[in-house]
Amino acid sequence: MALDKTAVAHIAALARIKLTDVELEPLADELSSILTWVEQLNEVDTSDVPPMTSAVARSLPMREDVVTDGACREDILLNAPRTARGFFVVPKVVE
Amino acid sequence: MSDASLLRLSLAEARDGLAGKSFSARELALAYNDAVEEAKPLNAYITATPERGLEMAEAADRRLARGEGLPLDGIPIAVKDLYCTKGELTTAASHILDGFNPPYESTVTNRLWQAGAVMLGKTNLDEFAMGSSNTTSFYGPVENPWRPQIQSQMEDNRPRVPGGSSGGSAAAVAARAALAATGTDTGGSIRQPASFCGIVGLKPTYGRCSRWGVIAYASSLDHPGPMARTARDAAIMLRAMAGHDPKDSTSAPVPVPDFEAALTGDIRGLRVGIPKEYRVDGMPAEIETLWQQGAEWLRSAGAELVDVSLPMTKYALPAYYIIAPAEASSNLARYDGVRFGLRVEGSTLDEMYELTRAAGFGAEVRRRVLIGTYVLSAGYYDAYYLKAQRVRTLVMRDFATAFEKVECILTPTAPSAAFAIGEKTEDPVAMYLNDVFTVPANLAGIPAISIPAGLSTDGLPLGLQITGRAFDEETVLRVGEVLERAAQFRRVPSFVAGGRE
Repeated sequence: MALDKTAVAHIAALARIKLTDVELEPLADELSSILTWVEQLNEVDTSDVPPMTSAVARSLPMREDVVTDGACREDILLNAPRTARGFFVVPKVVE
Repeated sequence: MSDASLLRLSLAEARDGLAGKSFSARELALAYNDAVEEAKPLNAYITATPERGLEMAEAADRRLARGEGLPLDGIPIAVKDLYCTKGELTTAASHILDGFNPPYESTVTNRLWQAGAVMLGKTNLDEFAMGSSNTTSFYGPVENPWRPQIQSQMEDNRPRVPGGSSGGSAAAVAARAALAATGTDTGGSIRQPASFCGIVGLKPTYGRCSRWGVIAYASSLDHPGPMARTARDAAIMLRAMAGHDPKDSTSAPVPVPDFEAALTGDIRGLRVGIPKEYRVDGMPAEIETLWQQGAEWLRSAGAELVDVSLPMTKYALPAYYIIAPAEASSNLARYDGVRFGLRVEGSTLDEMYELTRAAGFGAEVRRRVLIGTYVLSAGYYDAYYLKAQRVRTLVMRDFATAFEKVECILTPTAPSAAFAIGEKTEDPVAMYLNDVFTVPANLAGIPAISIPAGLSTDGLPLGLQITGRAFDEETVLRVGEVLERAAQFRRVPSFVAGGRE
């Protein structure tokens, strides 16, 4: 699969990574070469093979639905770049 | 004892010396703090924690004096900077985690401190553990303490990479700037650097060591594990690190054996598989020779060599490079400039996300996030992601079939010795090929160890890998120790703290 600049720009927008125009061209080449290389998987017949979902043959453990942690707002906000009155601060999202 | 002779001890020897009061934990910590300083040119550490280490050592001395010594009391270790350590900067070697100071401690490091271990600092790595050379770190590359022994000026004498992603941990242990270290292994990140630096690296079974508090790269493939100078040291470390943790839903509720007790040296009658698919094009003849030598060592020790077939070997790597980026693109979505780390302001929320992530992620992380986003996106999910997961099933079946005939499998760890810093950086796929022998065990979640077994023609270490059945680290370690004894790998790197003898 060869990706062009437009496709890479679309993927970057989905991934929320700002790319400049000069970055798109080399990335398109690099990503295309990686995708072409992984496509050798098409040589493998997997028609009757289920996709693996876990390396361990075990179902997820269940526990009582009770609070086990919390009351640590200061800890949670400790590393935030901007906070105010106990909240994270982000650019305005509602006009 | 002099500092240099303290630094030469293995973990098991240091433990016994501390228990026998031949020296104190404080003396050992001081010697290692100096060693960390002396090894600075290698760039193996991102953060050194000498004061904290000294306090921990003094606490260990008090326990030892009372006769209440813990299993790792006074043992100075390094922590890969992917493990969250409460109150100590944790970076994942990424710009995007600038200034991150975790308010919690990872389960594995917590267990190590509870066992009495002493913290030397946080070691360098490839950014978010994505790499095989430790050259993608925001904090600069790590240098391998081994330098090639060149015969003429025509040869390449550039510094070598330590391997990756746990390159700082491997370099620190090899250079005697840590007695042992934690690593993480998603596609070979413990074993390949162990091979490149001439130390032992063990990737345990998936679920053996908790992932809680270890910064996630690819959750179904990430394995915390030990890096050490000997198989015995790795066994001692693993026992302290392992155990069920309710905070990691994939942590296995199984008992932790005394791994050291498994090192009986007796492998008579054990069946060791030799997979023909590990003879890959372009692999240096010296690695093939070392592999045959390793097989011969095990046969002489009483093991039975059995030819096995792992036909999916070739496809494990491309499957990995779909699955790992897919999981990474999801795991790394949390770095958005809101709750921790770097933030680049923008006029809208989306613009802030985009600018922050563009500035914060290095080239390799970007590549993998983009590949992951693509293979998970509408219209491509079945063709790439599900296809890779089906191949993963086949890789597991390969191992299951082989393990009906054998107890473990012997292979080389990596297809080359350490390459020069700056090599293979232009072509991502050439770099990925380094993981060809290590990735299958991650896909299958089974334990594998790298043991230093010989030197390349230019004097760089080469490792051999033993892979075993799920939750049978004991066999892997037992065979590893037999291999280690037979190989008598006693060469010392070009640079070691305290000097070369």
